[in-house]
Amino acid sequence: MAIVRQRSLFGVVILAGIYSFLIASVLIVLDAVDVAMTEASVGAGVSTVVLLATLHLTKTSESAPMHGNLLPLFVVIVVATALVWGTLSLPPFGTPESVIQRHVVPRYLAKTITETNVPNVVTSVLADYRGYDTLGETTVIFTAGIGVMLLLRGWRRKSNNDDHAGASK
Amino acid sequence: MSLDLIIRIGTKLILPFILMFALYVQFHGDFGPGGGFQAGVITAGMVILVAITFGLEAAKRIAPQGLVERMVPIGVLIYAGTGVMGLLLGKNYLDYSVLAHESAHGRELGIFMIEVGVLITVSGTMTALFYAFVERGR
Repeated sequence: MAIVRQRSLFGVVILAGIYSFLIASVLIVLDAVDVAMTEASVGAGVSTVVLLATLHLTKTSESAPMHGNLLPLFVVIVVATALVWGTLSLPPFGTPESVIQRHVVPRYLAKTITETNVPNVVTSVLADYRGYDTLGETTVIFTAGIGVMLLLRGWRRKSNNDDHAGASK
Repeated sequence: MSLDLIIRIGTKLILPFILMFALYVQFHGDFGPGGGFQAGVITAGMVILVAITFGLEAAKRIAPQGLVERMVPIGVLIYAGTGVMGLLLGKNYLDYSVLAHESAHGRELGIFMIEVGVLITVSGTMTALFYAFVERGR
């Protein structure tokens, strides 16, 4: 709520980092240590730094909204209703009988050591059984990094060239 | 840039431990929580900490920009190359069981290889992003 009310973007970034850290703690409580580690390092760490670096490039206070608040509010309420309605048909939290727990999970849990010598099932599922997905993720990171580098650095070089061209004329 | 003594000394003291922790997360990912992604982000965090404390030039001495930007595709190539190895040795793409004599050992080795690939790509991307943002602000 403080994030929404805040007009200073610096405060928003710091509060978002704190929020990520709290979520990481919640994930530890839920025994999802791998995810918690990712959330703490990416959400609370690197993304906070990148957002602060972005603030360094732009203004640090949010400009006043140009439109009314009613349409965004309407969209948010509709989307939230749809999401809550969707969660109603999910199985109860943590039940062992749900579909996702019965399909391939028992096989992974039982055979990870004999098949891959890796006791951490998260790692073996991520890197071996679901290797294609992780390859896709790595490619996504690669593409995103290349894209941002091209945007940020290519733009500057072009504007430098324009300056030189303008100076020479 | 004149900076607080405590911050500078503290950073110097904590740097080796951050790198140590990143390597621990990387190579202990088979047994405990963690893996290439988390280790890559922690490594990038170390470089970013150096850049914040000692300035961008000091960080670029540790992690030169050219190297960091080459790491981004190299990691993906290691990952995909491990998959192609399986293809060349007569199994499916990304099937690591042929990398060693025993199937389980091969898959362990394959997991290790692709985690290294993920580490290189993630740490390279995060550091390169940070460099790109900071340089643009100049």
